[in-house]
Amino acid sequence: MKQAWLTVLKRDLLQAYRRRSDIATTLFFFVIVSSLFPLGIGPEPAVLSSIAPGVLWVAALLAGMISLSRMFAADFSDGSLEQLLLAPQPLAVLVTAKILAHWLVCGLPVVLLAPLIGLQYALPNEALWVLVYSLLLGTPTLSLIGAIGAALTLGVRGSGLLVALLVLPLYIPTLIFGAGAVATSQHGMSAEAHLSLLAAVSLLSLVLAPVATAAALRISVE
Amino acid sequence: MHMNWFKFSSPATFYPLAGKLVPWFFWLATLLALVGLYVSFALAPTDFQQGEAYRIIFVHVPAAWMSMFIYVVMAGWAAMGLALNARLSAMMAQALAPTGAMFTLLALVTGSLWGKPMWGTWWVWDARLTSELILLFLYLGFMALQSSIDDPRRADRAGALLALVGVVNVPIIYFSVKWWNTLHQGSTINMGVAPKMAATMLLGMLLMALAFWMYSIAVSLLRVRCIMLERERSSDWVKALTAKGAK
Amino acid sequence: MQWASWSFFFNMGGYAFYVWFSFGLTALCVLWEVYALRKRSRDALHLATLLAQD
Repeated sequence: MKQAWLTVLKRDLLQAYRRRSDIATTLFFFVIVSSLFPLGIGPEPAVLSSIAPGVLWVAALLAGMISLSRMFAADFSDGSLEQLLLAPQPLAVLVTAKILAHWLVCGLPVVLLAPLIGLQYALPNEALWVLVYSLLLGTPTLSLIGAIGAALTLGVRGSGLLVALLVLPLYIPTLIFGAGAVATSQHGMSAEAHLSLLAAVSLLSLVLAPVATAAALRISVE
Repeated sequence: MHMNWFKFSSPATFYPLAGKLVPWFFWLATLLALVGLYVSFALAPTDFQQGEAYRIIFVHVPAAWMSMFIYVVMAGWAAMGLALNARLSAMMAQALAPTGAMFTLLALVTGSLWGKPMWGTWWVWDARLTSELILLFLYLGFMALQSSIDDPRRADRAGALLALVGVVNVPIIYFSVKWWNTLHQGSTINMGVAPKMAATMLLGMLLMALAFWMYSIAVSLLRVRCIMLERERSSDWVKALTAKGAK
Repeated sequence: MQWASWSFFFNMGGYAFYVWFSFGLTALCVLWEVYALRKRSRDALHLATLLAQD
């Protein structure tokens, strides 16, 4: 089972490597969205640093979302998804490998790039660290919940927009706790409560989302 | 018992049954609404803080209750549809969604109409209004997903799964929104008004909620009949139905 | 009874717009939904009859 899991992960990572421009697109999207806000609002550091947690988190949310429809689409069109469904290993477990691959490709780069953007928003050092922690804890949830949406809309017309409508409301708790963590640390308070809640949401989605994704895949492919 | 259940869960038997039930629920809803409106406007006293504007709660609160209740019922039908692979359950879930979305929208609009004279703004980002807005998004997502999948069986099952995911998320979303805005006032019943709220006010609210409930049943039965007809156009029971020329 | 006269009732203590708009909109939504469903049901039945005749 471990073997199969690793194979799926490696295969997805290799495919992502072959289409490096896709990763670049996600990152570029994150950068451009978060650079538009200062242009729209004005360069005042006090204003920027007060909106930074929300803006950076929303940008990360959207960046993670635009790449969702690609999570299963290629496998669906070349038929390898059906093989995955027929595999003797439990689908819910194999699906976690695909979700992890999606996070490594689309989530992690955003986490690593976020402090740089945070600097542009005049975030203090401590808040920058909290930003990285919160994204590290929160972005896996985005991939996990996003996988359900991606699986449900597989091969549906207009699936890109539909996925946004389905998934964004479910992202709200992560957004609230993630951006809240950064904001509280900005105000000189401990972000621990927010981060623990963020971790709790992540754990819960780690348990439930793969099962739901597996069920959704079966519904969509059968 | 088992036999009965399966008998009524087939569209051919459920269609005429629902048709017989619809008028009863409509009359019940009308009656309850008339009594409820009488209690709300004629018997309930003027609120000494909010004046007559508080009378909006007689539609606002029942609409908000129904919007949440319908979502849970919808998820229940959806779960049953998935577990038992029953067509009718999935159709019921689909039939409930537009009415639930309508009540959510009404709760939002009437809440805003209540907020303007009371708080001085059309919209406040308090936990209740915000959660209601997110609930509207959940309804819209469910309806959008179902309407964009052409294969009805897949649409049923995908919608059902989404409704279940949504119902698991609703408490988490509600908690997070409440956390986000600790200025929240609490639900209306225990808003601190509770001790002061006259029994007639509570009665008016309950009667209106019951009226909305009966209305929702009537309307969703009416809609499920439409869905059955549209989906099973070429089935034998629909042919027999149209041959008779009866309704 | 709460009201001295009908005009007091319609005035709603100065909140007439908010109160009557809320109730009016609710009534409108309900009536429209019932109307739309009756029409949908008629259309579906009509189409089914046409199909059966073919």
